Amino acid sequence: MEYEVVIGCEVHVELKTKTKIFCNCPTDFGGEPNTHVCPVCLGLPGTLPVLNKKVLEYAIKAGLAMNCEIAHFSKFDRKNYFYPDLTKAYQISQFDLPICKHGYIDIETSEGAKRIGITRIHMEEDAGKLVHQGATITTSAGSLADYNRAGVPLIEIVSEPDMRSAEDVLAFLTNLKAIIEYTGVSDARMEQGSLRCDVNLSLRPVGQKEFGTRAEIKNLNSFRAVERVIKYEIERQTDILEDGGKVVQETRTWDDGKGMTFSLRSKEDSDEYRYFPDPDLTPIVVTDAYIEELRAALPEMPQVKRQRMIEEDGLPEYDAGVITASKALVDFYDGVRAYYADAKKISNWIMVELLAKVNADGIDLSEVKIQPEQMAALLKLVDSGEISGKIAKKVFSEMFATGKDPDTIIKEQGLVQISDEGALKSMVAAVVEANPKSVEDYKAGKKKAMGFLVGQIMKESKGQANPAVINKLLTEKLDSM
Amino acid sequence: MTASRLTIHELHDLLIKKEISAIELTKEHLERIQALDGEIKSYITVTDDLALQQAKSVDEKLAAGENIGLLAGIPMALKDNLCTEGIETTCASNMLRGFKPQYSATVVNKLQAEDFVMLGKVNMDEFAMGSTTENSAFFATKNPWNADCVPGGSSGGSAASVAADLAVYALGSDTGGSIRQPASFCGIVGMKPTYGAVSRFGLIAFASSLDQIGPLAKDVTDAALIMNVITGYDKKDSTSADYAYPDYTTALTGDVKGLRIGLPKEYLGEGIDPDVEAQVRAAAAKLEELGAHVEECSLPYTRHAMPAYYLIAPAEASSNLGRYDGVRYGLRVQSKDVVGMFCQTRKQGFGPEVKRRIMLGTYALSSGYYDAYYLKALKVRNLIKQDYDRAFAQYDCLIAPTAPTTALHKGQNQDPLALYKGDICTIPSNLAGIPAMSLPYGLDRNGMPVGVQLLGKAFAEPTLLQVAYALEQNTSLTRLKPNQGKGL
Amino acid sequence: MISKDVVEKVAKLSRLDLDEAEITLYADQLSQILDTMAGLQQIDTEGVAPLAHVLPIENVLREDEVGECFTQEKVLANAPEQSEGMFQVPKIV
Repeated sequence: MEYEVVIGCEVHVELKTKTKIFCNCPTDFGGEPNTHVCPVCLGLPGTLPVLNKKVLEYAIKAGLAMNCEIAHFSKFDRKNYFYPDLTKAYQISQFDLPICKHGYIDIETSEGAKRIGITRIHMEEDAGKLVHQGATITTSAGSLADYNRAGVPLIEIVSEPDMRSAEDVLAFLTNLKAIIEYTGVSDARMEQGSLRCDVNLSLRPVGQKEFGTRAEIKNLNSFRAVERVIKYEIERQTDILEDGGKVVQETRTWDDGKGMTFSLRSKEDSDEYRYFPDPDLTPIVVTDAYIEELRAALPEMPQVKRQRMIEEDGLPEYDAGVITASKALVDFYDGVRAYYADAKKISNWIMVELLAKVNADGIDLSEVKIQPEQMAALLKLVDSGEISGKIAKKVFSEMFATGKDPDTIIKEQGLVQISDEGALKSMVAAVVEANPKSVEDYKAGKKKAMGFLVGQIMKESKGQANPAVINKLLTEKLDSM
Repeated sequence: MTASRLTIHELHDLLIKKEISAIELTKEHLERIQALDGEIKSYITVTDDLALQQAKSVDEKLAAGENIGLLAGIPMALKDNLCTEGIETTCASNMLRGFKPQYSATVVNKLQAEDFVMLGKVNMDEFAMGSTTENSAFFATKNPWNADCVPGGSSGGSAASVAADLAVYALGSDTGGSIRQPASFCGIVGMKPTYGAVSRFGLIAFASSLDQIGPLAKDVTDAALIMNVITGYDKKDSTSADYAYPDYTTALTGDVKGLRIGLPKEYLGEGIDPDVEAQVRAAAAKLEELGAHVEECSLPYTRHAMPAYYLIAPAEASSNLGRYDGVRYGLRVQSKDVVGMFCQTRKQGFGPEVKRRIMLGTYALSSGYYDAYYLKALKVRNLIKQDYDRAFAQYDCLIAPTAPTTALHKGQNQDPLALYKGDICTIPSNLAGIPAMSLPYGLDRNGMPVGVQLLGKAFAEPTLLQVAYALEQNTSLTRLKPNQGKGL
Repeated sequence: MISKDVVEKVAKLSRLDLDEAEITLYADQLSQILDTMAGLQQIDTEGVAPLAHVLPIENVLREDEVGECFTQEKVLANAPEQSEGMFQVPKIV
């Protein structure tokens, strides 16, 4: 039988606030275990939560950026369950009245444009961290609880089951990540855990309306893991269905090493969260004026920016897509554009040189040392013929490594292009003299020999000779022989 | 040894006049505790060194000619569900035996700033669940009026210690009557303030939307003085009310002329001991005599308060008490895995009444029952509040019994449901969040004190104090002393 | 009526290990208590809002400013068991 894949995502995004959601402890990563902890996030008896204003602001911003309705009346609820990473045996979250609902994210796929619905976005607190003493949770002798992360603010973004392939999901996550970055409410870095994805996946026979039974795969922390999980789960569930079996509704965990998912708990156990309104927190009432104030302050979203880069800057769709997928790239591009007009040249440098270096060094774009103004200066030096394209790449490398101005690097390393005919004539003469065979070939009509000789001269000049001048001088020299 | 019989305001005068020192006063109380509390069993922890140290610093201030606050140097007791940094805070539970909180409650900090003298932490029903103090995991407290009777609960240790002059005043907490009912049983004054008037930060939660801290005192003036210190907005408690809290002593005028007082019929009649009803009616008559207008009124949803309360409070409790899992503090019973440790720790750490309420609350919140029980209870809660809203549009204050009976006998309280029904007079005001106080008013046929309850709209504590003070000034029925020869 | 099965399920959710006698007792007592609550169902609450908070307080918010934390020693002061600056627990599964 042919099956259709149905996928929905739950994405947890850690908000970039200074303090935790319900107490004044810092959210900073690192630090010794249990040093970013106070009576409130430790859940000591008698302690009470007070909501961080920034968390509400950021959640609304994220909702607006994803085209959501913002709830005028919202509240916090307790999700009750026992686990040693929880300090109160409940997580403060939002149940029936989330702060945002009914939004969407548009994506581009090989099958064309799609709109993925956002069911809701709600605020909640993160749990602490468990360190398992042993290789894995299942083989460990015991665990250690560190509550530095307990109470770090999160938003959970729940999508509609509108995705039908890994491609859809990756496009969705890419856009979601970019939107979050644009709003500035989170770093949205999967590898650091500030963006985590749960995938709900089910199969149904093609043409069937009802959804099949789904498995929920928790806590995926890279795009690659998401892609592999989807591939794996499709195969696993297809095998079960084709053998006449039934998919069990359950929570599964992904083992990246083994490349498999494992059952974590069946749904019956975990479903009974006994949500009820948290009596320690007051309702949240948001006015239209506040919503509009936040909406007005939102930056341009990636989809809009992308369209503008295509239409106004004349960039190819592909280029616009790559650059707008990252807020840092867009900021860099816009920065260079403020000093330099040729959009395509900027995009080429970003996509080829910059991204190659960033990927090779494994750094984050926020760590790039080159300032947009410096990049613009480099491009202008190439245009004016002061340096060759080849030298420019060398200068770029140095700029990337040190953050120095291109002019400084060129001066320090003596990389200015030599266009002075007097200086180059002797170099041409010397190369011609040293390569009689090539000269002979050229005379015999093998025009390729010309290229070799130019190359030799460039080498002699350490790449600084102006190729146009060399060509002219060499042709004159050869023709005169 | 007579100073211990006096009130805060009387003792303050003696301290100022240097007729007694804070050290002497404290020592007298510590000696009484030593002599009598072996029998009454109101204290779980006596902090004698700390008390003497606090008293000494007050005496030093007095010697230096500094001004001292009205509560300075006055020895008192704290219910053992108020967190005191570094001092054992147990909630009278095996779960928290030996637990020394790493922080202090806001009320404790406020008292500290007033140079209070803390004699110790007093007994209660485990996690404040109960109305006899027999649910303490450690020992039962006796009623100073009759050792065969309970002091009431859950703040039974607070009430007994004050009634027996083992503390000048005490703080308790009231979720469904836990300050007022023991105050009534022990013949002292007890007040549950408006929800939000006293910060709950540091009060170990039973039912968060109902819990309030309040005073247990020897007279109305003392209650007002304590209220002056403990009320106030606290940014650490989101449910704390940002309100212009008055000086409560200004309400102590003795004048009730023209006040409109309602006598709700649902609090009288069936189920109410005739002696109790008689004293309530006598107090109402007294107020009329003093110039107030008293008339019968009706709060029709009153009878639904008990079922609503016993769904809402256990539901919140079942969640609040989840944190006692053996991981971070308190009891841990070792087991081979985490789930085993949770289950064994909670099995051994909690007593039967706590388990019963956790079970009831968990059930009420479970999917499939939520709408029928918990949600329905919250709606009925609104109806109960609306009852009061209507009444307070007509009346400045209501007068009613604090409890259907006087102090119950020990050990005869095995049926939980019968005990829950004993809370009918006090729980409606917790559900509505309104202030209420219990004032001693005469004795029953067995010589046990009767409590009269006054209820007002939110933040109407001054009205309650005004009425209570007028009664206190005009009868001899409000300042009662147990015959401490009997049963002690 | 609350069956023993329900009591066991609720006990499991509450992480309370109950023995047979307790299960029987609680089945009986909870049934009695819930019987008296049946009267609530008869009350007309059409259009009545659930009252979760008695005071009309809303939007209690705090500035995003870092405050003081406990030292690790203080965090762990009451830990029944600790190791490497963390709370030790037995194995999870």
